[in-house]
Amino acid sequence: MAKHEIRSPIPGTFYRKPAPDQPSFKEVGDTVAKGDTIGLVEVMKTFHEVKSDADGTITAFVLDNEEPVMAGQPLAELD
Amino acid sequence: MPIKRLLIANRGEIAVRIIRAARELGIETVQVHSAADADSRAVQLADRAIDIGPPQAAKSYLNVDAILEAARSAGADAIHPGYGFLAENADFADAVVAAGMAFVGPSGDTIRLMGDKAAARRQAQQAGVPTVPGSDGVIEDMDAAKALAVDLGFPVMIKAAAGGGGRGIRIAHSADEFATLAPQASSEALAAFGDGGIYVEKVIERARHIEVQVLGDGTDVVHCYERECSLQRRRQKVWEEAPSVALKPEVREGLCTSAVALAKSVGYSGAGTIEYLYDDATGDYYFIEMNTRIQVEHPVTEMICGVDLVAEMIRIAGGEKLRLAQAGLRASGHAIEVRLNAEDPANNFMPFPGQIAELTLPDGPGVRFDHMLYRGYQIPPFYDSLLGKLIVWGEDREHAMARLGRALGELSVTGLPTTAPLFQALLASDDVRASAVHTRWLEPWLEENQHMIMDRGGAAA
Repeated sequence: MAKHEIRSPIPGTFYRKPAPDQPSFKEVGDTVAKGDTIGLVEVMKTFHEVKSDADGTITAFVLDNEEPVMAGQPLAELD
Repeated sequence: MPIKRLLIANRGEIAVRIIRAARELGIETVQVHSAADADSRAVQLADRAIDIGPPQAAKSYLNVDAILEAARSAGADAIHPGYGFLAENADFADAVVAAGMAFVGPSGDTIRLMGDKAAARRQAQQAGVPTVPGSDGVIEDMDAAKALAVDLGFPVMIKAAAGGGGRGIRIAHSADEFATLAPQASSEALAAFGDGGIYVEKVIERARHIEVQVLGDGTDVVHCYERECSLQRRRQKVWEEAPSVALKPEVREGLCTSAVALAKSVGYSGAGTIEYLYDDATGDYYFIEMNTRIQVEHPVTEMICGVDLVAEMIRIAGGEKLRLAQAGLRASGHAIEVRLNAEDPANNFMPFPGQIAELTLPDGPGVRFDHMLYRGYQIPPFYDSLLGKLIVWGEDREHAMARLGRALGELSVTGLPTTAPLFQALLASDDVRASAVHTRWLEPWLEENQHMIMDRGGAAA
């Protein structure tokens, strides 16, 4: 199956966890369905969920937790 | 000792504002900035700029060690914290002083005292300032809490002692509801904050938000009258005025005098704001909190008093006594400020950190625009959405509103949505024109008047 990239629709800061003391939404190896939340992007002090736009298995996160992200930049890769 | 070289530990429009005040005082400016702000207007304007870290505030504008190191290396003798970030961080204020520099603001101890809700409330009561009726401190006994709530009269607010920023608040409309909600609030607070203590406070319905500007030099304190900031969305002010047209002269006198008494009781030094809820129905006012810093909406006070508050706070930090006597402080005319945010008012105020394409700024009589914009500027996504503040002065409120409409008509920002259409729509509202507003007026009005914003140029992204 072709590699698929989940991209951030907005610029900001990428978070893999819903809160600092909670586990990540998804880990490498997890299966995701279209619509599953894989992370948050904080833009101008507001938080927006990033949802997967395809079904698959996460093979890698392109960005680490709390890294800056540009609009359209890949966040994670699916197989 | 007079300040010679001032480091600005902030960004955006307030950094620009501080640089201007310092320059007029003959003080050199050092602007610290994150990697995302290297091309900001404040960096361009300052005498010197120092990169203190990555875009995220926690790694730059909140990084105390990096800021102190920048100050040392630049030979700064004072630090201005602006608002937000480290402005009300008592440990930062202490660290600046311990490093041998002046902190432009009150002492760490004053910041600590007024930042503790319960301690600030006690301080206000001791200074004779009315506080919102409620429990004196934390209530453990649920029966006692319920009896107090009945005494106060419903609705009452149940607040987690360890909460903050609106978290852990519940409103009970009856004794039965209170009996259900209070234990819930307590156990939730215990789970969330590790502390199950709760407070009970009377809910003041249809309250106006009125705040008094004070200036102190550690001994003497003067007030620069009040501002009204009742138009709020999600507890964020969007439109501020000075003076408040709701206050009768004798109420204004009592309110402003009480603010001075509270500031004097803590030996206040610098610019500060004492916030109150004002009950239109009864004419009563209640202390909510004190902000120990310059505020976003300070220009409306400057416009009616003819005082440069930022310059005054820098002079005080440099060891000067207050130059203003209360008798010499007169308020004249009426000022309104509106906050231009990079948000789409037609799309639930979605933030939009775009690039400024074309920019036409308003000017002419009675108009001031404090901002950080230039053509081609890419708004960074990492900080708040405030782009600038349009401030107008008029002979009276009617005149100020006419000027606001005229200035908004001249303002043009393209490349990203802004909140400008909201203010055009608000100017057309009968309630706003009559100042028949309270702190919970704006949100339902927005629900019902989306079309008014759309008609005035608000476009869903």
